[in-house]
Amino acid sequence: MDVIVQLQRQIVDFTASLYREGYVDDQFTQLQKLQDESSPDFVMEVASLFFVDCEKLVNNMARALELQAVDFKQVDSHVHQLKGSSSSVGAARIKNACIAFRTYCESQDREGCLRCLQLVNHEYAQLKIKLQTLFRLEQQIVAAGGTIPVLQ
Amino acid sequence: MMDNGFSSPRKDAFPVGLRVLVVDDDPTWLKILEKMLRKCSYEVTTCGLARDALHLLRERKDGYDIVISDVNMPDMDGFKLLEHVGLRWIFLLLNASDKMYSCHLTVMSVDGETSQVMKGVQHGACDYLLKPIRMKELRNIWQHVFRKKINEVRDIEILEGMESIQMARNGLDQSNDGYLLCGEDLTSVKKRKDVESKHDDKDPGDNSSTKKARVVWSVDLHQKFVEAVNQIGFDKVGPKKILDLMNVPWLTRENVASHLQREGFPLMQKYRLYLSRLLKENDTKISVGGIKHSDSPLGDSANSFGTQNSINIQQNDVSSRSYGFSGNSLLVQNVEPRSHDNERKGIVSKIVAEPKRALTVEVPDPHKPRSSQMEFGHSLTSPASEVNYAEYDSNFPTKFSWWEIPQSRLKQEQKPLHLDDGFSHLTWPGKQQHIQVDYPQPAPPIISGSSVTGRGMGGSVKIKPLYDECRKNGSQPEKSGFNLRCISDLESAQKNINWGMSPFATLDDDFQVRWVQGDCYAMNLGLENIDFPEYFDRGLLADVPTHLYDAVSFDYQNLYDPTECSLIEQGLFIA
Repeated sequence: MDVIVQLQRQIVDFTASLYREGYVDDQFTQLQKLQDESSPDFVMEVASLFFVDCEKLVNNMARALELQAVDFKQVDSHVHQLKGSSSSVGAARIKNACIAFRTYCESQDREGCLRCLQLVNHEYAQLKIKLQTLFRLEQQIVAAGGTIPVLQ
Repeated sequence: MMDNGFSSPRKDAFPVGLRVLVVDDDPTWLKILEKMLRKCSYEVTTCGLARDALHLLRERKDGYDIVISDVNMPDMDGFKLLEHVGLRWIFLLLNASDKMYSCHLTVMSVDGETSQVMKGVQHGACDYLLKPIRMKELRNIWQHVFRKKINEVRDIEILEGMESIQMARNGLDQSNDGYLLCGEDLTSVKKRKDVESKHDDKDPGDNSSTKKARVVWSVDLHQKFVEAVNQIGFDKVGPKKILDLMNVPWLTRENVASHLQREGFPLMQKYRLYLSRLLKENDTKISVGGIKHSDSPLGDSANSFGTQNSINIQQNDVSSRSYGFSGNSLLVQNVEPRSHDNERKGIVSKIVAEPKRALTVEVPDPHKPRSSQMEFGHSLTSPASEVNYAEYDSNFPTKFSWWEIPQSRLKQEQKPLHLDDGFSHLTWPGKQQHIQVDYPQPAPPIISGSSVTGRGMGGSVKIKPLYDECRKNGSQPEKSGFNLRCISDLESAQKNINWGMSPFATLDDDFQVRWVQGDCYAMNLGLENIDFPEYFDRGLLADVPTHLYDAVSFDYQNLYDPTECSLIEQGLFIA
């Protein structure tokens, strides 16, 4: 029981920090609410989908920006997609990075775009680690026989 | 087939099992939406590609109640899908015998830019959702379907309409919270009906007086009319609105109503052409009620309109739909002069909750044998009129010219009309107008804004009365001889009508046909040379055919296409 309580407290604290630091927003909460017995790993599955998609988009952006003649519309379209994707999981930081990214695309600022790309990549990596930590904690709780605390 | 409509009220919550098709190229969103919709107890189908969605929608014509589509998709944006799907929906509805719900398209978008929202609405989206979407929003999407139904029924003066509402209400009462809309809608529907019926009562009187008054719709006047229509938006037109915009003091609402009925035809034609073009692109086989017809004949004419004509399906705009629908119904009517009331009723009720009322766009009692009756809406139903038309070698071009149909084309013998090979004869405004005086049914279909119009249901309703009229007309001695011809005309018209019907018939109030500005202007082109002095010559009912033809300059020779009638006929009774 102690273990479970401890784990639960850990999860609560950790999740709170995720929100506090802007890694995730309310949408993430919504995702967690969607998780139920019929789909106990829902959040994790969605997050996985997102990360795969994110990687793909980041690669596309990188390739597009590498070209001599950068097609900023194309880059912008990728960024727009990523923005939509990130908002689906509540990846607030990535989403914000995308917003900034788009302005550079609009002004056709290659350097600015590259910087944004780096930022996006960084945020993506960070979030991945964070969420993996969260999922691990959750799995531990479940393994210990406890229930994942529902955040308010 | 699972019926989520009023026709089969369920004991459980209304939205349970609502069939939703979600289209989104973002796998993350798709998964989330699927989950959310499942939580709403909806039946969800997902599509990662717009073309897959199109495929699904075409295959399972009545398979979905609502389509939720993302706007930004790689192969096709949501608007385009909406355009395509919208047409299909009409079609689907027509096929879905007892289906009371039509598909609604909800367009989602991340950025929520106003321009996108407007675009979505213009294209006929019922709602525009912004991502991230909340559960509450999804829980409420069924209301669109319900609201649409309510609106469809709204214009029905018949008690049956009210009955269906009651049915829905009863069904809704058992559902959970969130269905407050039902009560309100029902009330507003009732109120609306009351108002409308009162209004209609008044109109007949006015109409009779205007019957005698001849309003000469000069080029100028018509220009004002068309501009007003453009401004309002074809899908939202109504005699009152147009009148207000036209700012012609001596013009009465009845005048405008009649003119709208009359002129609505070409507008509807345009819509049909557009539909045919799209349908041709997307699916050459449109079968309504099992009737297959190739829309290739239409394709040509439709293509002529170019891509400009985007059929924007508006929400809750019955009028536009009915307009298109009426056009179709008109065609159908012509094709089937002796359609069986029962069948028509059946069709009608299927689509609409027993819409007995013909589409009436604030038109006074349709039963009046006014020249306006000869309008487009009415004309369809009288096969006799068709026959008469055939006898007249009028040049239709005036009307068609609006549609950018070269006059020479129209006069081509044995050649499909530019407008619409199959439809040409069907959509003859003249034909329609030719409808006899006896034709009690009003020809409201064209004008939106008034009651039945707009809704697919309205169209279906219209059909019914039209047929009745046809019969009546057919029974008349002077017309009896024509019936046969009419039938064949109708039959050939049917072919083309079918698909036309489908889109229109199934168009629910949420789908409004909006004529792109360009279209209207094209219409104006023809106006220069057109003077429609006879349009309001109600006193010449007996001479309508001749008279109409002169005005319409319709060349029936070319329109007659016996091969196509059968389709329409069959199409009418799609169950």
